[in-house]
Amino acid sequence: MNLFLLLFASVITSNIALSYFLGMCPFVTISKKIDVAAGMGIAVTMVMTLTASANWLIQNLLLVPLGLEFLQFLVFIVTIATIVQILEIVIDRYFPVMYLSFGIFLPLITVNCAILGISLFMVLRSYGFIETVLYSFGSGVGWLLAIVTMGGLRRNLVFSKPLANFGDPGITAIIAGIMALGFIGFTGVSG
Amino acid sequence: MILKALIFSNSFALIIALLLIFMDRVINNYGPCTLTINNDKEVQARGGTTLLRNLFESKYFIPSACGGKGTCGYCKLIVTEGGGSILPTEELMLSSAEKKQGYRLTCQLKVKNNLKLHIPEEYLNIQEYEGKIVISDPVTSDIRRVGIALSTEDEITYKPGQYVQIKIPGSGESDYRAYSMSSCPDEKKQIEINVKLIPDGVGSGYIHSLSVGDELDFSGPYGDFYLREDSHRDIICVAGGVGLAPIKSILLHWQRHNLNRTLWLFYGARSTEDLYDHEIFAELDEREAGLKYFPALSEPDEDWTGKSGFIHSVMDKALPGDVNGEAYLCGPPIMIDAVTEVLVSKGVSDERIWYDKF
Repeated sequence: MNLFLLLFASVITSNIALSYFLGMCPFVTISKKIDVAAGMGIAVTMVMTLTASANWLIQNLLLVPLGLEFLQFLVFIVTIATIVQILEIVIDRYFPVMYLSFGIFLPLITVNCAILGISLFMVLRSYGFIETVLYSFGSGVGWLLAIVTMGGLRRNLVFSKPLANFGDPGITAIIAGIMALGFIGFTGVSG
Repeated sequence: MILKALIFSNSFALIIALLLIFMDRVINNYGPCTLTINNDKEVQARGGTTLLRNLFESKYFIPSACGGKGTCGYCKLIVTEGGGSILPTEELMLSSAEKKQGYRLTCQLKVKNNLKLHIPEEYLNIQEYEGKIVISDPVTSDIRRVGIALSTEDEITYKPGQYVQIKIPGSGESDYRAYSMSSCPDEKKQIEINVKLIPDGVGSGYIHSLSVGDELDFSGPYGDFYLREDSHRDIICVAGGVGLAPIKSILLHWQRHNLNRTLWLFYGARSTEDLYDHEIFAELDEREAGLKYFPALSEPDEDWTGKSGFIHSVMDKALPGDVNGEAYLCGPPIMIDAVTEVLVSKGVSDERIWYDKF
């Protein structure tokens, strides 16, 4: 039950995009079209799950026993960069259709703060391995949900006339704020 | 503690690097592939590398100005088999008509299996040449006429108006700069280019620094700016400054082959000093009945007796409204735009205007 709550919280109530406002650059720039947003979201979900799990193993099997926790940032970032690169090569080779839909986003994710954020949160909250897998997967799905919803909302922007002075990113930030308010409504559910 | 941290980070980096090398060699290695070109020739290619790179390695020269970054769009070719779907990085550079015809950006397309592709005839003519400078004369304060002789067994076949890419040796990868040929295509053993020195320019600085006897490499011919010979319309040539080069080639070809078409030559420059080769054209103008020559200076000296003003306004007055012509323009963008406007007002439609902007 606890694990289910953790998953639910990471997708909805503690949504990484809308309650922590992490991973904002792609969230604002790549949310103009639903299909592109979905591609980006899937890429983030995959990379998030893989990197957080790998970083958990490195943290708990190497860094902690060796007493080298202070190398955390360096090691986590290198791990993320490596996994992204390997993922790109493997998907290009064995899943060309997938590569076509979100392959070009993979390199962009290397420096995404949401990805590193999840790895750091899982250490901070001392999650176990299973918890980390669920938490990172859930966070990815949450980010996917948020960016696809944003894509859907922005598609309808053509019917309204937001103040021209805001520009595209401005109105996107305001929409994100209102969406975040909506997501806060779920807070009571996870208690 | 420090030692432990150092050992750990080094071995960590080493393992990561080895892992990536392994992945690149094993997974990203698609093995040798065969490229079938124009249903005729087959060449071997390295899988996992881009099509453009593979073609270069097999000595097929495809125009490319951005160095394979997917931003110039020059390297597109029709791939008939094995190309897979169009990548998002190609979308911007291909029109929907081109997508239907099967055009692909060869700098983005990775060779993963056997490919069938079509290379247009004019690209197949493109070769690499080793040349030697035989002329290097200043014709104005900043423009040099440079003659390049090909090595004894080589010949270059090109159309009047086309350009070559001169190899500029650099510290890293070689750079290429494009220069139009001003020579008559009948001389296959020697080409001539006009090079204007640009402050801090990589290409012009290099070429200006060479003297007679020095060697330089180039490839060509490139470009779809050349004289169309399948028509009988008047030829309207407009040159601004050093844009004279390809126009001169067209003129020389027209004269050599006694083309039975009227040639209008509008040649604009700033001052008498910048109007190089003016004597040649003035003399030709007297001999050739078919040539109508209009030089114009925008900042004329006191002893200048010809027309003054910008070349498009001179042309507006000189060119009759019912002219049945096709136009070849070479010069700065602002000149091209102004001249195009005048031409269209005289009934020369867009598709009969060819230009080279620089």
